[in-house]
Amino acid sequence: MSAFNAIGEEREIDRDEFTPGVEPQPTWCPGCGDFGVLKSLKQALPEVGKTPEEVLTVTGIGCSGKLNSYLDTYGFHTIHGRSLPVARAAKLANPDLEVVAAGGDGDGYGIGGNHFIHTARENHDMTYIVFNNEIFGLTKGQTSPTSPKGHKSKTQPSGSAKTPIRPLSQSLTAGASYIARTAAVNPNQAKEIIAEAIEHDGFAHVDFLTQCPTWNKDARQYVPYIDVQESDDYEFDVTDRAEAAEMMRETEDVLNEGTVLTGRYYVDEDRPSYTEEKAAVGELPDEPLAERYFDDDAEWERSYDLLERHT
Amino acid sequence: MSDDELIWRIAGGSGDGIDSTSQNFAKALMRSGLDVFTHRHYPSRIRGGHTYVEIRAADREVQSRGDGYNFLLSLGDSFARNPQEEAYYGNEEIKPLSENLDDLREGGIIVYDEGLISEEDVEAIDLHDRAEENDWHVFPMDLRGLAREHGREVMRNTAGVGVTAALLDMDLEHIEDLMSDAMGGDVLEANLEILHEAYETTREEYEFEHDLRAPEGSHDAEQALLSGSNAIAYGAIDAGCRFIAGYPMTPWTDVFTILTQNFPDMGGVSEQVEDEIAAAALAVGASHAGVKAMSGSSGGGFALMSEPLGLAEMTETPVVLVESMRAGPSTGMPTKPEQADLEHVLYTSQGDSQRVVFAPGTIEEAYEQTRLAFDIAWDYQIPAIVIYDQKLSGENTNVDVDFFDREVSPDLGSTLTEDELREAAHDNSGKFKRFNYDDAENGVAPRSIPGQKGGRFLATGNEHSPVGHISEDPDNRVAQMDRRLEKLESIRRELDEERESTQTYFGDETADYGVITWGSSQGAVAEAIERLNENGHSVRGLSVSDMTPFPEKEVTEFLESVDEAMVVEMNATAQFRGLLQKELGRFGEKLTSLLKYNGNPFEPAEIVEGYQVNLAEEDREPTAQVRIEPAAGD
Ligand SMILES: Cc1ncc(C[n+]2csc(CCOP(=O)(O)OP(=O)(O)O)c2C)c(N)n1
Ligand code: SF4
Repeated sequence: MSAFNAIGEEREIDRDEFTPGVEPQPTWCPGCGDFGVLKSLKQALPEVGKTPEEVLTVTGIGCSGKLNSYLDTYGFHTIHGRSLPVARAAKLANPDLEVVAAGGDGDGYGIGGNHFIHTARENHDMTYIVFNNEIFGLTKGQTSPTSPKGHKSKTQPSGSAKTPIRPLSQSLTAGASYIARTAAVNPNQAKEIIAEAIEHDGFAHVDFLTQCPTWNKDARQYVPYIDVQESDDYEFDVTDRAEAAEMMRETEDVLNEGTVLTGRYYVDEDRPSYTEEKAAVGELPDEPLAERYFDDDAEWERSYDLLERHT
Repeated sequence: MSDDELIWRIAGGSGDGIDSTSQNFAKALMRSGLDVFTHRHYPSRIRGGHTYVEIRAADREVQSRGDGYNFLLSLGDSFARNPQEEAYYGNEEIKPLSENLDDLREGGIIVYDEGLISEEDVEAIDLHDRAEENDWHVFPMDLRGLAREHGREVMRNTAGVGVTAALLDMDLEHIEDLMSDAMGGDVLEANLEILHEAYETTREEYEFEHDLRAPEGSHDAEQALLSGSNAIAYGAIDAGCRFIAGYPMTPWTDVFTILTQNFPDMGGVSEQVEDEIAAAALAVGASHAGVKAMSGSSGGGFALMSEPLGLAEMTETPVVLVESMRAGPSTGMPTKPEQADLEHVLYTSQGDSQRVVFAPGTIEEAYEQTRLAFDIAWDYQIPAIVIYDQKLSGENTNVDVDFFDREVSPDLGSTLTEDELREAAHDNSGKFKRFNYDDAENGVAPRSIPGQKGGRFLATGNEHSPVGHISEDPDNRVAQMDRRLEKLESIRRELDEERESTQTYFGDETADYGVITWGSSQGAVAEAIERLNENGHSVRGLSVSDMTPFPEKEVTEFLESVDEAMVVEMNATAQFRGLLQKELGRFGEKLTSLLKYNGNPFEPAEIVEGYQVNLAEEDREPTAQVRIEPAAGD
């Protein structure tokens, strides 16, 4: 696999290519699960044949949002909860870009929940990694939408009265065409799933369990996981919506009771991605829109005289 | 008040086809060589409710709706009747007649639909007595019956136009042409029959004892009839904008719709998304990926865009947002104009936040300043906002077709090519110094677009180093902040020195008094000044378009040249006057305000009166629904 370096020379790429120089060093706490996501992404990207210039990583705000600070691709570190709308537009503007969006559970399932539902519904061709540590990390340990019921924090001192959201089920209902859960404690599975998610044509949602040793020592993310595909106890067809839904329901029930199940939950290779749907109804140009601005021969039409109908 | 003009008002219920009928009639007048200006009044209601459109036409420039009107075509509100129950809601049916009479000028003409409005109704509102008092000429016509006979009831609008043409002694040619452009087959035939029969019947039935005639037009250059929303949308298209994201909100929806409908044919992309935060964030994302992009909204929706706006600024992602004002706060009056979001647009978003804001006052300015907003945004990598209002958005005026250059400008401003990126500065790890402050010119550090070779960088809303790493280093912070702040100064310099002024002046340069305004109040102010000067006053006017960076030099010169000045704007808290004083730091004792915020735009007569009370110091309160704010210290 080859790529171009900063000054346009061709050279072999490997995961180092996605690592910036000495600076900046991650500011994550020792033992933070976020390191696991960074690592699996660095491994997956060269594996799926992407060069750093072809990749745009878009992140939200939180410890998780710093992902692309430590990754040498084109990056956009946006605002809290808004990575998906930025990522969607970049993909529509230039479908050739490999777009990976990422952020925390507060970022993605809380403040950005509306965007999450709509991005899944539209099935934008991108990977969305949610660092699920069941806590607000960066703002110092408040209860998040995935914190279990009864979870105590400075903002829920008597224990949360809220049932945690079910990100996998929600994603399925909304329309994502690839849904998986993996965990930082299992780097091999994580890398595989991330690579698969990137290659998937459609909205690939990966709920990535990341431990937060600083604020959430009780979370299940440290517990050894069970791979649902490899265990005989959990047989189901990942291409079958109903079976996937049932498995997700079961999983989401037991997660907070102590059993951590990970793996692929739903894969729909047939559902067209949003760019395909949009092109089919005639609302997306054949060539990437962004390229036209660099193409001296591009025909810039008003296409017909707009004034005619007003004279 | 001039008699050389026609101000035709068509009134009826929302949903009764008032809009399309008036649009065509305005075009017919324009094609006959006249200048036209349309004003639309409608309630926030889908069907029924009193609505009207006014068309002012004259053989000279018309810049505002004028004062009152001289021809009423009252169609009746067909939706005031509940079709299921055949019941009437109060006297709404009569409203298109009764609600409109106050503004009808002496000697004016009334045509009403006697098929819908009965003689009893007419008596109930004393029409005959009032007509005699005001020398009105009343023509009851069975428009509905006529329409029914030849086609369908809805075609009574056409019958109304036929009667109008007959009473004003107009040629039917342009009206017929427009009808055949818009429809065909049986529908066209039926409409033409109705038009002719209404025309002939009127001529046969009535002797015209009134003097009103359609003025003779003398335009020779081809004209286009455009609304402010059209002008903004076409300005964006010609500026090379090919991406728009939005969420519907009146009145911004018009611009959004026009672009959405045109984009498929010209290879653009439009997205209707889940909310305004998303909309603005999409515009930022598309721009980051290398497309000229825009979004926009009205007050409440724009409030949601505050954060993405700041993100665009900090990441130096060019973007154009439009803000179409309506009366607020909150949902306010959705279909009524106001100029009360100025401070919102200038100051929203946290930090020492900077953006460019243009407030066009006319259709031509709306087109030009939208283009300018794109140019500036992409050259300087800064968000630019076009602020306008429901009035400018909906009013139609004719513009010389030659005014539009129709050249699309796809220039991405300060964006490097891959060849240029090869020469550009990189850090040790090979990252492009996209936010370099060492040799930035005018505050601008050239950018790269994702996908380009050798251009990798991180864009972030956090403070960042030259390659985009998050940084809280004090020296870096000051260097980056200063560089970003320099942009606005450089833009001001460019606007002052290299571009034509976007401010508009009226009246006599040696005048003693000034009237200063902004945005869509411009037309009414211009006309008021003309009238005042004709009547022996000494007034000059300035309409400011650049809200920020503020044209300090120009406005200072203007204010120094007059003894006193009245600031005219459609809001209750004198927001623009506040901006003047903030930017100029003086003139407090020279400035008074004339404010209007009742949901209707200024009419020239109100400004004339405001001037007389305010500056000519007539000792009385103004009679119109306006408010006067004295000078500081008064
Ligand atoms: C609009 C807005 N609200 C609040 C914040 C403060 N904030 C920053 S990160 C964060 C939550 C982080 O939690 P999560 O998304 O789960 O990410 P983590 O830090 O755990 O990776 C919050 C509330 C903000 N930056 N912007
Ligand atoms: S606070 Fe938690 S999530 Fe944030 S870096 Fe530390 S361990 Fe990771």
